Amino acid sequence: MRWSRKDLVGIRELSAEEITFVLDTAAAFKQVGTRDVKKVPALRGKTLVNFFVEPSTRTRTSFELAAKRLSADVINISATTSSLTKGETLKDTAKILEANHADIIVLRHSSAGAPQFLAERLRASVINAGDGAHEHPTQALLDLYTIRERRGSIAGLHVAIVGDILFSRVARSNIFALLKLGARVTLVGPSTLVPRVFERLGVTVSHCIDEVLPTVDVVHLLRVQHERQRKEYFPGIGEYIRLFGLTKARAKLLKADCLIMHPGPINRGVEIDSDLADGVQSVILAQVTNGLAVRMAVLYLCGGIASR
Amino acid sequence: MSATVIRNGRIIDPANGRDEIADLLIIDGLIAALPQLSTLNSQPDEIDAGNLIVAPGLIDIHVHLREPGFGWKETIESGARAAAAGGFTTIVCMPNTSPVADSPSTIAWIKDRAAAAACVHVLPTGAISKNLAGEELAPIGSLAQAGVVAITDDGHCVQNSELMRRAVEYARMVGVPVLDHCQDYNLVGHGVVHEGYWSTLLGLPGWPAAGEEAIVARNILLAELCDHRIHCQHISSAGSVRLLREARGRGVRISGEACPHHIALTHEAIQNFDTNYKMNPPLRSQADVDALIAGIADGTLDILASDHAPHAKFEKEVEFDRAPFGIVGLETELGLFLDLLVHKRKAIDLPRLIEMFTTIPAELLKLKAGTLATGAAADVTLIDPNLEWTVDANAFETLSSNTPFHGWNLKGRAVRTIVGGRTVWRL
Amino acid sequence: MAAHSSPLSAVSPGSPILDASGIRNALRRIAHEIIERNQPDLGAIVLAGIPSRGVEIARRLARLIEELAQVPVATGIIDVAMHRDDVGKRANLPMVQASRLPVPLDGRTVIIVDDVFYTGRTTRAAMDAIGTFGRPARIQLATLIDRGHRELPIRADYVGKNLPTAMGERVRLRLENVDAEPDAVWLIKEEKA
Repeated sequence: MRWSRKDLVGIRELSAEEITFVLDTAAAFKQVGTRDVKKVPALRGKTLVNFFVEPSTRTRTSFELAAKRLSADVINISATTSSLTKGETLKDTAKILEANHADIIVLRHSSAGAPQFLAERLRASVINAGDGAHEHPTQALLDLYTIRERRGSIAGLHVAIVGDILFSRVARSNIFALLKLGARVTLVGPSTLVPRVFERLGVTVSHCIDEVLPTVDVVHLLRVQHERQRKEYFPGIGEYIRLFGLTKARAKLLKADCLIMHPGPINRGVEIDSDLADGVQSVILAQVTNGLAVRMAVLYLCGGIASR
Repeated sequence: MSATVIRNGRIIDPANGRDEIADLLIIDGLIAALPQLSTLNSQPDEIDAGNLIVAPGLIDIHVHLREPGFGWKETIESGARAAAAGGFTTIVCMPNTSPVADSPSTIAWIKDRAAAAACVHVLPTGAISKNLAGEELAPIGSLAQAGVVAITDDGHCVQNSELMRRAVEYARMVGVPVLDHCQDYNLVGHGVVHEGYWSTLLGLPGWPAAGEEAIVARNILLAELCDHRIHCQHISSAGSVRLLREARGRGVRISGEACPHHIALTHEAIQNFDTNYKMNPPLRSQADVDALIAGIADGTLDILASDHAPHAKFEKEVEFDRAPFGIVGLETELGLFLDLLVHKRKAIDLPRLIEMFTTIPAELLKLKAGTLATGAAADVTLIDPNLEWTVDANAFETLSSNTPFHGWNLKGRAVRTIVGGRTVWRL
Repeated sequence: MAAHSSPLSAVSPGSPILDASGIRNALRRIAHEIIERNQPDLGAIVLAGIPSRGVEIARRLARLIEELAQVPVATGIIDVAMHRDDVGKRANLPMVQASRLPVPLDGRTVIIVDDVFYTGRTTRAAMDAIGTFGRPARIQLATLIDRGHRELPIRADYVGKNLPTAMGERVRLRLENVDAEPDAVWLIKEEKA
C-alpha cells in the first residue's frame, strides 16, 4: 500500500494495514536516531505548529523533537499564549495559523472531536495529540511499536489495560489499535471507571485484577488522573491501590515475560509500585524513545502528502 | 366584506368530528357556514384544494423565538415566518430569552412585538422560577394575568422538588398548565450525548436516559399530589414512555410530547462530531426511537412539537462539547412526521396526526384554536400529504440553518397557511 | 529511479531490451570495472543499494566481486525517501525502509547502486542520506540502466547499459528475487489515456 492521509485524527478510522504501515515507517525513522547526523531533510521548509490547548510537556516535547529531526520549523502555542483565552473560536485560531503558513498542526485539546473539526476545515495536516477522552493515536502507535519490538507481533497477545478507562483517550486508541491487529484486550478497573458498556467495543471487562494478571502478555497501566476525577467515581487513592494498584505482591502473578507499560507521567506508588516501574519487565523508557520514531513517521507521512 | 372558498379539499377537523371532501367558506376572517355562499353579494376568492387536506391551523407548543435578547439567531418576525412555512398558525414560545420571560413587562414586550411583526399567532410562556435559576418562584399569577399560556423553565429544569411542587400548586390556582423540561442535573452532569455505545466509543460525556426518567417520575408524583396538569416536554427515552403510559393509565394529569429529531435519528448520527446532531435531550438508541413511536401510536405521547432552537452558524461551528444544544425544526417538522409516522412507520393516520397538532394542544393550553367550527377564526393549513420534496436549509425562512435534515427527501408538507382568513404563506 | 509497477505491467510488454543473460553480463562488466577502479582498497568499498531493486543489484554485484577478486564486500541499504526533494508534493507515499550502512564510513568508498538512472534526483538524495551516516572518502554510482534525461549535474561511474529513451517512455525492470518474475528489462511506450 501507499500512504494517502494528510491527517491523523484517530486510530478508529485506520485499517490494520495502515497501522502496520506506520509502525514499519517508524522503524526506518528509529534508525535515524543511530546516525551521526540525527536529522533528515524530509520536512525542510515546512512549518509545524504545536497547538496545545491543554497542557502537556511530554507529548509536546516529543512532537517538537520529531519535527526538528525532520527539519521542520516548529512553533509552540499553548492555551495561555493563544487567543482562545480571549474568546477567539478554535476555527478562527486555526485559520490564523494557516494564514501564517502552518503546514502541520499538532493539536492537543480537551474536547473530543476537535482534531477532526480542524482537519475538515483546513488544508494543513492535522495530527491529534490527544482530544478529550476520545483518542491519542500516536500514543497507541508507540505502544504497539514497543510491544511489537519486544514480542515480534501483536496478533494473539492478551493485553490488560488497567485504570481510569472511562476518561482515557490512551485506552480508547489502544483498544482500537490492539483489536485491529488481532490482540485480545481486557479492561480492568473500578466499575465506575470501567463500565460494562465497553464490552460492546469488543473487549472484556474485569473488576478483579488478580484474576487477569496471570493471563496477560502486556499490562498497560493508566495514570490515575486525580485532577480530572470527580470524587464520586472512586473513594480514594488508598482504596484504588488496594484493589487495582500493581504492587510487588501482585507483580508475582505476572508471567515472566509480561511487559509492563505506562503512558506517563507515572504516579509512583499509586497505579504502579515504584521499583516495578524501573524493573526488568518495564518498557516505560522504551515507550518514550519509540514515541519519537513513531511521531517522526506520522509527521513524515501526513506532512509529506500534498495539501488539498 | 371579504370571502374565500376553499374548494374540494378533504376537510379533517377533529374538533368537530369531520373528515370529508367538502368546500370551506371563510368570511371576514372567520369560518362561515357553507349555505352563506349563496348570500354573498360578490364573487368570493377561490382556492382549489383538490387532493389536499384542509386542516385547522396547526399548533406548535414548543419553539424558541430568541427575542428578546438573541436576535441574531431568530426574531419573533422570522420565527413566525418559519412557522407559517411549516404550516403552523399558532406557536408557543419558550421563556429562555434575555431578559428571561419571568415578568409581566417582558410578556407584554413579546406580545407587542408579535402583534406588530408576526404573521402567525405567537403565544408566550412564562418562567417557573425567577431567571430560570430554579431557586425561587417567578410571579406566576402576574404572568398569567399578562397572558402566558403556560409556565416552563424550558432549557432548564427545577431540581428542587419542593419548589416544583409549590409551582404546580400555584399554577393550579391561577389556571395555567406546567410544561417541564425533564433533566436531572446530577445524573446528567456535563453529558452532551446519549450515554451508550457512541458516547463510550467517542469519549463524549454521556447523558443517561435515567436523567430524563427521574424527573418524569417526579412530575408524575407531583401531578398526582397537586392534582394539576404537568406536560413533559420533548420526551426522548423508552423509560419515560413507560412511566407516562402507566401513569396516564391510572388517570394522572400528565402528558408528554415527541419531537421529530427524536424519532428520525439515533445517537449513531453523532459519530463525526457534527454539532447539528447535538440536542437536549440527546438523540438516543433505536430502541428508544421505537418506544417513542409506539408511545405516539398508543396515545401515550399525544402532542407533537418541534423544539425549534435556532443558533447561528458561528455558534454551532465549534468543538462538539462546547456547541449549544438544539436545531431548527419548524420548517421540517410536519414533513418529517408525515413521512415517518404516517407514511413509513404507519404509527398513526392523518386525522390523528392533525388531532395531535390541533385539538390536543389547544385543550392543554385552553386555546380557542385548532377548530374549523363555524364562527371560529379562519386559521387553516392546507397540506399535500403525498408531495415529495427535498429539505433545503438555504431556503429556510428562519434566520438560522442548524438542521441535520438538509438534503433529506420527505413525503408530505403544508402548501398553504392561512391566518384569520389571510394567506400568510404558500408554496 | 525505481521502476514502479503500474497497471501497464498487466499488458504484454513485447520483447525485452535485456533478458536474464544480458543483465548477468552487464552486472559482470560492472563488477570488473569496480574491481579495476578501486584497487588497492577494494576491501573498503560499501555497495549501498537503493530499495527495492537497487538492494538486489548490490547483493548480486557483491557476490560477483567476491567471486572475481576473492575479497569480502560490505553491502548496505540506503533509503532515500526521507531525503527526497518532493515531499509534500505527492498524493501518496511509499514505504520507507530503514537504511543500513556499516559505520564508521570514514576512509571508505560508498558505491550507490540503483536500478534505473534517470533525473539524478534520487542519487542526490542518496548522497545526502549517506552524509548523515558519516564522511566517506568518496561516493560512486553504479546503475544497471542509464536512460538519460538528467535534471542535476550528476553522472554514473558504472553503467550496465545506456538506453536512450524518450520522455514518454518507461523502463520496466523485473528481477527474480524482488518481483517473482524472470530477470528482464523492457522499454514501454506510455499510452496517453
